[in-house]
Formats: sequence, C-alpha cells, structure tokens
Amino acid sequence: MSGAALAVLIVLGPLLLAGGFVLGRRTARPERTSDVGTPVEHATFETLHTASLAAPPLRAGLTEESARKAARRLRSLLGTDALCLTDRERVLAWDGLGEHHGRHVMDHVRTLLDSGRDTAFASGCGDLDCPLRWAVAAPLTVDHRVLGTLVAYAPRESAVLARAAGEVARWVSVQLELAELDRSRTRLIEAEIKALRAQISPHFIFNSLAAIASFVRTDPERARELLLEFADFTRYSFRRHGDFTTLADELHSIDQYLALVRARFGERLSVTLQVAPEVLPVAMPFLCLQPLVENAVKHGLEGAVTRSRITISALDAGAEAEVVIEDDGVGMEPDRLRRILRGEGGASTGIGLLNVDERLRQVYGDEYGLVIETGVDAGTKITVRIPKYRAGVHGT
Amino acid sequence: MSQSYTVTAVTVVVLATVLVGGFGLRISRTTSDFYVASRSVGPGLNAAAISGEYLSAASFLGVAGLVLLHGPDMLWYPVGYTAGYLVLLVFVAAPLRRSGAYTLPDFAEGRLESRAVRRLVSVFVVGAGWLYLVPQLQGAGLTLRILTGAPDWFGGVLVALVVVVAVAAGGMRSITFVQAFQYWLKLTALLVPALFLLLAWQGDGRPRVDLGLTGAVADRADHPLYATYGLIVATFLGTMGLPHVVVRFYTSPNGRAARRTTVFVLALIGAFYLLPPVYGALGRLYVAELPHGANADAAVLLLPERAIGGLGGALLGALVAGGAFAAFLSTASGLTMAVAGVLTQDVLPSRGVRHFRLATPLAMAVPLGGSLLVSGMPVADSVGMAFAVSASSFCPLLVLGIWWRRLTPPGAIAGLLLGGGLAFAATVITVSGTVRSGWPHALLAWPAVWSVPVGFLAMILVSLATRGRIPPGTNAAMTRFHLPEALMPGARGGPGGAGGPTGTSGPTGSSGADSAGGTSGTGGVR
Repeated sequence: MSGAALAVLIVLGPLLLAGGFVLGRRTARPERTSDVGTPVEHATFETLHTASLAAPPLRAGLTEESARKAARRLRSLLGTDALCLTDRERVLAWDGLGEHHGRHVMDHVRTLLDSGRDTAFASGCGDLDCPLRWAVAAPLTVDHRVLGTLVAYAPRESAVLARAAGEVARWVSVQLELAELDRSRTRLIEAEIKALRAQISPHFIFNSLAAIASFVRTDPERARELLLEFADFTRYSFRRHGDFTTLADELHSIDQYLALVRARFGERLSVTLQVAPEVLPVAMPFLCLQPLVENAVKHGLEGAVTRSRITISALDAGAEAEVVIEDDGVGMEPDRLRRILRGEGGASTGIGLLNVDERLRQVYGDEYGLVIETGVDAGTKITVRIPKYRAGVHGT
Repeated sequence: MSQSYTVTAVTVVVLATVLVGGFGLRISRTTSDFYVASRSVGPGLNAAAISGEYLSAASFLGVAGLVLLHGPDMLWYPVGYTAGYLVLLVFVAAPLRRSGAYTLPDFAEGRLESRAVRRLVSVFVVGAGWLYLVPQLQGAGLTLRILTGAPDWFGGVLVALVVVVAVAAGGMRSITFVQAFQYWLKLTALLVPALFLLLAWQGDGRPRVDLGLTGAVADRADHPLYATYGLIVATFLGTMGLPHVVVRFYTSPNGRAARRTTVFVLALIGAFYLLPPVYGALGRLYVAELPHGANADAAVLLLPERAIGGLGGALLGALVAGGAFAAFLSTASGLTMAVAGVLTQDVLPSRGVRHFRLATPLAMAVPLGGSLLVSGMPVADSVGMAFAVSASSFCPLLVLGIWWRRLTPPGAIAGLLLGGGLAFAATVITVSGTVRSGWPHALLAWPAVWSVPVGFLAMILVSLATRGRIPPGTNAAMTRFHLPEALMPGARGGPGGAGGPTGTSGPTGSSGADSAGGTSGTGGVR
C-alpha cells in the first residue's frame, strides 16, 4: 500500500508544483480579454496587444534581426499584403508576398530619405497577377534624422492605409528613440564607472602620500610597506580590463585601502571583518564595495573624537552572497539619503553610493539595489546582495 | 543505560552542527589577519566539506548492511560511490568551475542560453534532490528506533526540523566548515569503534568470516550481473550531477583548485570506504541473527554493543550513533539548501524579494512525506535510484555541454526528458512495487544501463537535427570552460558578443584615469 501511495505522491508533487507555477504566472499577468467589451473595444485591445508584441524587438534598435521580428507584427497591425523595413542603405526585412519587389524599394524611397515626408508610389510590377500595385512609404526618424523607412504595399491606392502607415511609422520611431535612450543610459553608466575610478584618486592619493611621508624618517620600514600597499591598491583601482571582479579581490583591495587609512588615523579606527569563505569566489561588478567602505570610514570619523568601529561581513545566503558594511558614526537623515539616491544630493557627497546603487541595479535588476539603514547619530548599515551566478557576469 | 549515551551523543552532534554553522565564520579584527580571512578556501578544506556532505546514510549504514546480507558482491557500492569522483575529475571538475555556475540550472543557462532548458534542469534537480533526501530521513528514523526505541517517524522528523530551522533561520552561514567538521566526525565515528572491534575479534581468536551467501537470504536480484552493471553505470556517471556536490565546487577559487579538490576528495572518500566493509564482515559474525530487509542497515549501530559489550560497547555505540546522525544532518542540509535554492530561483513565481526561507520547508516537506509513506527499502538501493536519475539526465548535459560544440537547446531538452524522464519513471514503478520479478524488475530497478545511452543518444541526435539552433555564444563559453584562468584574455566583459549593450566597452577607463580626475574636487577623504 505504502509503495503505491508514494508513487502517487511522486507523481502528484511535481504536477502540483507545475500547476502552482502556471497559476502564479497567470495571475501575475494581466488578464487577456478575449470576450469582454464591444467589438470596437475588442479591436482596440487587439491592436494594442499587437503593438505591445512588436515593441520589444524594436527596443534593441534598427537591425536586421529586430526588423525581421517586428515586421511580422507591424504587418498584422496594418493588415496589408506586404510590409518592408529599410535603413538608409538596404532592405532590412520583408514580410508578406512578393519579396522580389525588395530590389526596387530603395530606388523609390531615396527622395523620402532626404525629405523625410511620407510618399506614395506605384509599384510598377510587370507581373499582372501580382497584387502589390501600390505602396506608401513613411520615414522612421530619431532626433529629426531619418534612420530608415517603413513601406506598406496594397492592391490599390488607399488613403486609409497611407494615414495608418504614417501613424505606425511614427510609433516605430518612438520605440527607436527609446532604444537610443537605452543606449545613452548605458553609455552614461560606463562614463560614471570611469568617473568613479578617477574620483578615488586625487584626494586619496594626496592624503596617503602625506601619511606615508610622515613615516619616512621615523619608521622607514613601515613607509616602505605602505608605499607597496599603495602601489597595489592603485594598480587594482586603475585596472583597465573587465567590468567584473571577485569578492575576494575586492576585499583584498579594501584591506589595502584600510591599511592606508589606518596610517593616517591610527587607533581611532577599528575594523572587524567576518567572512564565510564560500562566498569569496562570487563574481561582482568592479569597485562596488570600496566606495561603501570609504563612505563608512568618512562617516565614522566625521566629527568623532573617540574611536570609530566599522564591521564588514560577507555571508552565505543560499544562491546569493550578502555583504553588510556597518559603521557607528554620525549617520544621516533618511530624507537626505533618499535625495542622494535619487541623484539630487548635489555634488558634495554620495556620488559613490548613487553610482554603486545604479550599477548593481543595472547588472542584477532593481531588486538588488543597495539597502541602507541609517538615522542621525545612529550609524549606517549598508547591505548589498550579490547573486552567485548571473549570465554574463564572470569575475576575472 | 546505553540509551542515555546515545541521546547525549546525538544531541551533541546536533548542537555542534548548529554552532559551527552559525559561528564558523572567519573573523579578523586586526590588519594582519584581514588577508588570511579573505583568502579563498583551500583544496583540503573544500575536499573535506564535499566529502562530509557526500557521505550519507547510504554510506554510513547502507554499505555495511548490504555486505552483511549479500556478501562481497556489494563492494561495488563503495567502489562506485568513489569512482564517480574520478569521472568527475577527468571530465567535469575544472570546466564546471570555470563556467562560474553555482547550480546545474546556472550551467545550463550559461552554456545553452535558454530559459526553457534552465527550467527543465531545475525540475530534475528538485526531483533528484528529493529522491536522495527520502533515504536520509528514513535512515534517521531507523537509527533512533534501534537505539532508543523511539517511533519510526521520530528520527526523520527530528532531522527535518533541525535542518529546516538551521537553514531557514540563516544558521548555516558558513556551510564549508560545518561539512568539513562532519567529515572528520564521521570518519572518527567509524574508525575508532572499528579498531576496537578488530581488537575484540583478535581476542575471540579470529573466528573465520564466512563471506559466501548465507542460505537464509534470497538472492538480491534475478540477474545479479546486470544489476551490478546498472549500479556501476549509475554511480560512476551519477556523482557529477548530484545537486549538493555541484554547488560545493563553486567554493574553489578556480578550475585548477577545483581539480585538486577532487583529487583530495578521492583520497578522503577512499579512506572512509575502507571501513563499512569491515563492519559488514564482522556483522556476519556478531549480529548474524538480524532480521532481514531494511534492518540490516542497523548492523553498524548494533555491532559495538554486541561484539564488545559493557560500558565500552555502549560508549562506542553512542559514538557510531552520533556519526550516523552527522551523516543524516550533513547530507540532508546540503541537499535542502541546494533544492531550496533552485526552488526560489526557478520554480516558485517570483514576486518582489524572493523567499529562500519559505522554500526551505517546502524543499523538506515532500521528502519527509515520502519517507513516512514508504518503507522497507534498503537505503543504499533508494540512493542508487537518485544516482540513476542523475546519471541519465545531468551526466549527458554536463559531458556534452562541456565537450561538444554542437549541443543545442532542443537536443538538451530531448535528452533530459527521454533519459532522465525514463529513469525517473522506472524509479517510480519500482518503488510502487507493481513489478517484482524477472527481467522487467531488473530493468526497472537498475535503469542506468539503458537510460544513460538513451539520454546521450537523444541529446546527440536531436542536436544534429537542429543545427541551426546552436547558441551564438557557444565558442565564448567553450573558451571560458577550457582555457586556464591565467591564460584568459584580460577583457571579457559581456557574454561572447551576443548583442548585449554592456559588453561593448573595450577600453573602459583607459583615457578617464587622468583627464576626469580634475573634475571631481569634493568626493574623497578629506
């Protein structure tokens, strides 16, 4: 009896899980309304749905692949026999009948590429059975530049199609503009990474060299060690290859950073490190923790005459590593912190925090942003969660 | 009297596990040991951790029980359990580590760039993990019943509770130290009593151990040779896909260290497996009157008291019981963490923050239910089924994924479904007990002989039929798998030029270092 019961359990368990999975997906997704509303509303829903299907490929920019994926959706949106997407030089995708027309498309749209105005033309097809007698072309513009064209074919002239093609081309243009926006955002973040790397250097280099100088006479051996730490630290920070590193390397760099800070502040700063060794190989974005430690050092020593204590812990949490950086310094008003993380904090502080937050969100998604707990005179606790694996993230 | 020793020993093991797990972090308070604390785990420590997690109830109790019942033929079990690591060492260890994958679904997604394959692998990981957890919980129930007379369900529930509480409450902050500790504990718990048992045997004038089949015990299978081959294929090829083994390799800092770790694992496990056969052989002398079936698994537990007796025997018995509990706890916690990790990442619908803690009870509930429902199967046999499923699904995926460029996502799906699915179906039919004798039973009870080739063939043929679907990043992935880290080119940001916008920044920071420095006058340390 028990054997049969187990078999039932083994079969039912995965089935139940799969059912729950599908159900969860269904409820998480907006209702697909197939039989709600009037026919007009129904048509509107259909149109919006088709448009939403065409949008994702276009968000990757105007390439052969994105054009091929989008052209199918756009053609069903317009309800034409054939639809063609071109860039400035050639046909990117042809969907529907009569692909042989593709050879002549570029001749017809040449004027449009310069003028940027919708044009209609006869296809001039020699084949009498060919249903594609007439076409309307509309420009795809981004920032007033014509990137390409959308050409819709029909059996006869149609004012409705001309109007619709123009509107669809404008909608595609908006999607392409969004793609351009995505790209510039990526470029901005890359620029910020560069800025962050450079930002460490001037003050830190100045302060460290001054601290090392003070040891040159009294303790030459220590001065030598500090200089070597300094050399290692700068080599890591100015490294030119790769966007990712491992937690072990990042902690090592923090160790060197703290050695240099201690040379300045001596006994005023005490640091505790707790590490679960299995998270050390975790790959993570380059220079994500060092700015947080720098922040903790600054806050810990700001206005404090007594000792300051910083705790850094890196712990194992299933498929993630959890890094916590805590100081017992002056803390911060939560409102001010919120402004800094929105990028409104002014230039004075927090560029580092904001930058780290944005890079983590960009690499791992919004749920992996910084979690900061703070209050005035209550110290600051920053928690970073790093997934152990994410496609495309490989430590060097 | 001996009951209280046993209870004490089990309590001590449970407490020690929780304590080492919760506080076994590396802590540094001064500059000098900061570096030591942030150093990666060495091959020795990691190998002990892998061995600790791997040596389960099947190894600790099951092997001796099988040798006791069925004689030296059963020595293939320890040989197979060990040799699996040899295959893993040769084909998988270093490339798997270099892939950067933490779990098998990670590997599948990274190599084949397909969410569908990832989901399917997740389902199999959860299934194999559950199959492996059931005998652990049953072993715990058996141990406590034999030693203290507690009801059968009590041990399993106890282990499940300890594991769920420790894992879900964040108690296992550093699982490497726990598992390494468990390995040495298990080794001690078998080695020390074994030495005393051998002394006692000497004292009795070395009675000869009859290694032939005892007449009372029916032959194990109708086709023993086939069964042996089934066992060999399953254990040799199944080890590389066990979910709790794969995640431990992530701890190694690089591919070379992963390979060295595997060599150490071979040594550590090989040393351990010398001991269970000793118990099995001596069991034939001293506990020959054991009832049949699952109770043969109790031979290891009863032997010290029967052979030595008195206070010494009771103390040694308690030590063995503690070691057995370490085996249940370490394997069960490792499996639960692996299964719960996959459940949170891939199976449960994600809404906002994912709940690892909620997944832990779920990961344990199903096998606990299974262990309470089904009984009467030797633990080594039920563990063998998990090995067979793993060998038929994950082994083709790993070996072909690492060594064959032309693997495609549809091919992987076909191989997983046919190979793994058939092995899983065979397991379910065997456990349900509908087929009990003859060739059908042998084929279903030891499916690896046919299901592994089916898995490989399906993967290869379907991949060849879908040549167009070879993932675009295959060459980049292969390079990463096989090139030693030291030789990797410096810039390797994005995944092999798959069109992602992030991977395109070649000379990041090359010009920014000196020119942008002057603009940021206010940020750094004052």
